[in-house]
Amino acid sequence: MAMTNPGEPTPVSRRGFVAAFLGGGFLLSAAAFLYPVVRYLIPPKTADMGSDSVLAAKVGELKPNSGKIFRFGSRPGLLIHTAEGDYRAMSATCTHLSCTVQYRDDLREVWCACHNGKYNLNGRNISGPPPRPLEAFDVQVRGDEIFVRRRREA
Amino acid sequence: MAILRNNSPAFVKAEWRVILVFLVFSALVNVSDGQAKNSCLDCHSALPEPLGVTQDTFAGDIHSQKGLSCVSCHGGDATSDEPDQAMSRKAGWKGKIDRKQVPQLCGSCHSDPAYIRQFNPSLRTDQLDQYRTSVHGKRFAAGDGKVAVCTDCHSVHDLRAPSDPRSTVNPVNVAMTCSRCHSDANYMKEYSIPTDQFARYSQSVHHDALAVRGDLSAPTCTTCHGNHGAVPPGVDKVQNVCSTCHVFQAQMYEQSLHKKAFQARSLPGCVVCHSNHAITHPTDAKLGTGPGATCTECHTPGDKCDQARAELLGGLNRLDASIRHADEVVALAESSGMEVSEARLGQNQARDALTKARVTVHSFRQDLMDQDIQAGLNIAAKDLEAGQKAMAEYKHRRIGLGVSLLAIGTVLVSLRLFIKKIES
Amino acid sequence: MSRLRDVSSWVEERLQWNDLIAPLRKKTVPLHRLSYWYFLGGITLFLFMIQVLTGILLLLYYRPGANEAFESIQYIMTQVQFGWLIRSIHSWSANLMIFTAFAHMFSVLFLKAYRKPRELTWLTGVILLLLLLGFGFSGYLLPWNTLAFFATKVGTEITGQVPIVGNPSMVFLRGGEEVTGATLTRFFGFHVAVLPGLTTLLILLHLLLVQRQGMSVPPSVEAEWAAQPSARREMKFFPNFALRELMAWYVALGALGALAAIFPWNLGVKADPFAPAPAGIKPEWYFLFMFQTLKLIPAKVWFVDGEVLGILAFGAIGLLWILLPFFASAKPSLTKTWITGLAGFALAYITGMSVYGYLAK
Repeated sequence: MAMTNPGEPTPVSRRGFVAAFLGGGFLLSAAAFLYPVVRYLIPPKTADMGSDSVLAAKVGELKPNSGKIFRFGSRPGLLIHTAEGDYRAMSATCTHLSCTVQYRDDLREVWCACHNGKYNLNGRNISGPPPRPLEAFDVQVRGDEIFVRRRREA
Repeated sequence: MAILRNNSPAFVKAEWRVILVFLVFSALVNVSDGQAKNSCLDCHSALPEPLGVTQDTFAGDIHSQKGLSCVSCHGGDATSDEPDQAMSRKAGWKGKIDRKQVPQLCGSCHSDPAYIRQFNPSLRTDQLDQYRTSVHGKRFAAGDGKVAVCTDCHSVHDLRAPSDPRSTVNPVNVAMTCSRCHSDANYMKEYSIPTDQFARYSQSVHHDALAVRGDLSAPTCTTCHGNHGAVPPGVDKVQNVCSTCHVFQAQMYEQSLHKKAFQARSLPGCVVCHSNHAITHPTDAKLGTGPGATCTECHTPGDKCDQARAELLGGLNRLDASIRHADEVVALAESSGMEVSEARLGQNQARDALTKARVTVHSFRQDLMDQDIQAGLNIAAKDLEAGQKAMAEYKHRRIGLGVSLLAIGTVLVSLRLFIKKIES
Repeated sequence: MSRLRDVSSWVEERLQWNDLIAPLRKKTVPLHRLSYWYFLGGITLFLFMIQVLTGILLLLYYRPGANEAFESIQYIMTQVQFGWLIRSIHSWSANLMIFTAFAHMFSVLFLKAYRKPRELTWLTGVILLLLLLGFGFSGYLLPWNTLAFFATKVGTEITGQVPIVGNPSMVFLRGGEEVTGATLTRFFGFHVAVLPGLTTLLILLHLLLVQRQGMSVPPSVEAEWAAQPSARREMKFFPNFALRELMAWYVALGALGALAAIFPWNLGVKADPFAPAPAGIKPEWYFLFMFQTLKLIPAKVWFVDGEVLGILAFGAIGLLWILLPFFASAKPSLTKTWITGLAGFALAYITGMSVYGYLAK
């Protein structure tokens, strides 16, 4: 901004200052708006597969005749690698009093430690207090990833 | 109803009238329920107690539904309306069945597999044999007329299958049925057993599960004592009974020092700490020194066992406190609008670990407890961290908001100045 | 600056837009003690533009469908960077927009801006308000949480009570007899395609009319200026009023940001159609006054079912409300007073019933 004679008012520079202030303010506010929007547009690392499909484990992670608890939506799920080599998945919330069940490799059954309830590998309640079967899920192996999906409704 | 035998026309008319009434009546009876004539009910449905049995009542009886009737047990002739005929000894009428004859009578069918097979092939036929081994059966054989016989528990004339919720022997109703005698202090005067079992059972978690919540897997009197062969489990057999459902606890107890100690003193295992009938929901207070403390009933304060007790309790308390703390932080984050469902799920697992620790307590071994406690502490710590991160993020958002409000404030101020400028 | 002039003349040679925007350059806004009310329409428009922007952003991650909707919003709130901000702004802006729309309508009523020749502006405006309520109703269901599910159930149920056309309308809205995933899909279609299309058309019409006719001056001020012509003051729209309007918009933006950051919008629990309805289900605040009224009407009025009567009454009032200016035109002086009275009553009624509905169990 050019210096004028001292003592004279400099209306142009003052107007310029306000304009610069305004411009700066606009830019700042625009940045404050655009920054979240731009970051929003970039897809997050964890892909959303919805509660439908969940990556439960990788192939090789589970030995045959063993089980693993994984998160399915907001409840635990149980993934079993059977002794014969196939995969089963079901809800891990016992239908009796909601304890978390586990896979027993000695019994080759799903067992609830709370009151000795037992389920077979299809999730059907076969012994003890549980009144209903465990909800069974679909397992899909894609490459080296094991996905668990809720069974499709008709 | 006597049939008049005078031959005057008026009386002949009367005779015909009676026969007409008889025919109409039997026709009505046949039309109304399609069953064979049952003259017993015809009269007895109109009689007062204790002779009264109505059609409705008996229709609910499973024997009636299977095609049996009064004569199946009482004998007699159900086709005749004349009392002398219907209730004649010649027709096999037994009259009121005496208590002492009830087991024999019921057993005459129910212990005959070939007979019962016709109605329900999977129905057991060893009830009478079992009964004979029970306390009731043994006293009965010794001549005691007060002990329970079949009809006392199963009722009679409105007897229903145990699966029927109205049956006196449906699991939900069993305790009430037993208590009819066993809680009657007067009736049980001459026996040397207490009469507070039902009152105490009513306070228990098992009663709450079964009668209040309707969980049919919960135990009632017959689950632990047996039904037909009812005998209180022996002192050394209590653990077997409880372990049918409470497997893990029993396994832990089996490994523990208490098992040997209790066995040596002939103490009834689980019952010592948990009671037999008044099994209330156990809390950590059992391990404490205040109200509800169980250990201190035997152990001297300050001795080695008491110290171990304090350590066990300490572990549980630490985990419980840690879970609560994480819960608080996560709840605060949630109410501040942060999404913490993953941490909430983790908290469920932490609580599972605490439950497991409370089961492992039955081993009374610090090393085993520590495993479970530590697992739970790890999960709770992770969830606490997640909750704290959520709160930190919340603070960041407020700072971000502050920054953008600053930017907006700057624009507003400069706009004001600009407007002033261009309008001056 | 000269760059800007170059661009401007390049465009002018091709579009001849100077003629088009000339009226805008000359546009003025009357200045008087009630001029502040002129901002409300603009703020509503601004909030609508915010809705469109945040709505499009949400569309990039939202998935309609009963088994995915809730989870996709959960994903937006937790995993997407600033997803919480976009979603909370969308929800807050929706409510603020409906509030300013109502305020704008009432200010028009009290300042009598509906008078001839502005009847069509009023007409398009009321229809816009109804469209906004439709936006609110359809958008509310999209997260597929318990409250939304049951509020939709109750709301569509009430629609079904209208005689003759009620049930077909309800089935049309629900995409079936009950509220299901089909309802969600349908509402999504309404919310992102049908309603935006209609609203955009009507906004353009509404704005066109406002530009053509200029800003209305309230009768009291008109009288003052008629008596003293020198007292008349006008402000140029560009840049003076526009800059002030921009300030108002920035204030609104700041308020939105603060609300979104300090009171983030709740997500609730995923809807379970088989669970019983939670006690005390209420619609969103802008429907409360109607909901509360229906609750207060006795079950049977005369021989007519109370609820049906209430719904038909609201329908009739709505229709009359749309046609309000045409009643005013008939006898200007008389109707002006009773319309003011009616507006006052309506405002008091809506406010009172909303508060009552909010506080009632």
